[in-house]
Amino acid sequence: MKRFTVLTFLILTLISGLAFAEEAATNPPTPPAAEQAVPAPAATTVEAAPAAPKIDTGDTAWMIVATALVMLMTLPGLALFYGGLAKRKDTLNTMAMSFVTYCIVSLLWVMYGFSFTFGTDIGGFIGSPGKLFLSGVGVNSINDLAKTIPEYIFVIYQLTFAAITVALASGAYIERMKFSAWVIFSVLWMTLVYVPVAHWVWGGGFLAKLGALDFAGGTVVHINAGIAALVGALVLGKRKEASLKPSNLTLVITGAGLLWFGWFGFNAGSALAANGLAGAAFINTNTATAMAAISWMFTEWMHTKRPTVLGLASGAVAGLVAITPAAGFVNINGALIIGILAGIVPYFAVAIIKPKLGYDDSLDAFGIHGVGGMLGAILTGIFADPSINEAGKGLLYGNPKQLLTQLIAVAVTVIYSGVVTFIIFMLVKVFVGVRVDAEHEITGLDESQHGEKAYSL
Amino acid sequence: MKKVEAIIKPFKLDEVKDALAKIGIYGMTVTEVKGFGRQKGHVEVYRGTEYEVTFIPKIKIEVVVPDAIIDKVITTILEKAKTGSIGDGKIFIFSPEDVIRIRTGERGEAAI
Repeated sequence: MKRFTVLTFLILTLISGLAFAEEAATNPPTPPAAEQAVPAPAATTVEAAPAAPKIDTGDTAWMIVATALVMLMTLPGLALFYGGLAKRKDTLNTMAMSFVTYCIVSLLWVMYGFSFTFGTDIGGFIGSPGKLFLSGVGVNSINDLAKTIPEYIFVIYQLTFAAITVALASGAYIERMKFSAWVIFSVLWMTLVYVPVAHWVWGGGFLAKLGALDFAGGTVVHINAGIAALVGALVLGKRKEASLKPSNLTLVITGAGLLWFGWFGFNAGSALAANGLAGAAFINTNTATAMAAISWMFTEWMHTKRPTVLGLASGAVAGLVAITPAAGFVNINGALIIGILAGIVPYFAVAIIKPKLGYDDSLDAFGIHGVGGMLGAILTGIFADPSINEAGKGLLYGNPKQLLTQLIAVAVTVIYSGVVTFIIFMLVKVFVGVRVDAEHEITGLDESQHGEKAYSL
Repeated sequence: MKKVEAIIKPFKLDEVKDALAKIGIYGMTVTEVKGFGRQKGHVEVYRGTEYEVTFIPKIKIEVVVPDAIIDKVITTILEKAKTGSIGDGKIFIFSPEDVIRIRTGERGEAAI
């Protein structure tokens, strides 16, 4: 099964890549449906009917694969990345946070998350409850936001984004947060923070109307989770042993690799079609990530005299984060510059600013996702190239107003996510408490929270 | 009969083991241990922040030898485990009350 998925993925990559080259050669942006349907039955290729949305089998196949790829980012990608960075005695608990969150969000999303995010807009702030428990969604229904794939695929594709966003914040809380508190936090945060912010940017809310550019989730996913990470880390307070002692760096590298791989579904999939735009997002993602890994490595090499492997992995993740909002808007030069800066700015946030300010963001969820996300969102407003995507025109292409719009979107997300995360933490604190007691923290959360051990040697 | 416990630098293990085998030591127990002495710990860097690691990995060798060759054993370990820099380790000598081979029940030097 896995081999099949990988094979399909490779083939689709090739196809979308070829299509991109073709489109680039013939410059004018052609409607995607005509070019793409290579081996499809004649009916779809004959005439691109202008109005009625029609399911495209190529797009659908790609989006099914892309969805599975994004799922892979949380499990096992993020679980391994975070779990390997946690101390020996807390590895399993750290992995459990990603695991349980994926499950919780999976359920809440089909119950009400999708409806409130992507339902008919109410006043720019929230979606309508019309699609609770996916009512009205059927095998033939198509969402207005993704007109060539079945709505079911759109629902689950968006589900995987909601899940990883919540899971990302856990990186700042590990090694001291009660598991019960995390479960409640997951439910509340997805409901009260992720759903509205995703609606504002992607579901036709006020930030979408304002013209904020966020291709695959720089604001909705990374800034949102990054700020939640910072606020939560401040409320939780410092760990008894506030140091990074990775239990297993090989798992971290495996996790980082899986994140990178899955991110192709995240970014290229955000084109919501198997077309040239997906190809652009794909190559931008890979380029910026490779650049950021190298850039982080050299920054660290100069700063601490050692090119660490964790540095390579961290740089790659920072690059993935920063290119996320820009993936389908910038050209390759934009991607390279975003990559360079993503290896420098988050590095200094993590290595210099964090120790100076003294907050205990255990695995740098804020330093990498929050800072990297803001960097990416702002740079999108500078480098968005209208020849890649008509929807985005940045400062360098004569539209300085875009930069302002980006800053507004960042500020709104920072304030909203910050305030509501704080309220959620206070609520959880009152009901179950957020922190394990000192003894349990020192013995390790694997044993105290789950009665298990990651390594029995 | 003496028990020799030597804490040495991990990379010296093979040399010490081969040299001891040459002078007629047929068995030993080796453990990976951590500790500290006069050699201060070292520094590890994760994401640009330096962490002091106070416990340094070492190897502990345990051998029980007949009184006749104890001096030879000590000089061999001294010669092979020494680098001259701080952190080369230590040798402790004990007198075991008895040694018993489980398979046969033999006792004393015959059981070594």
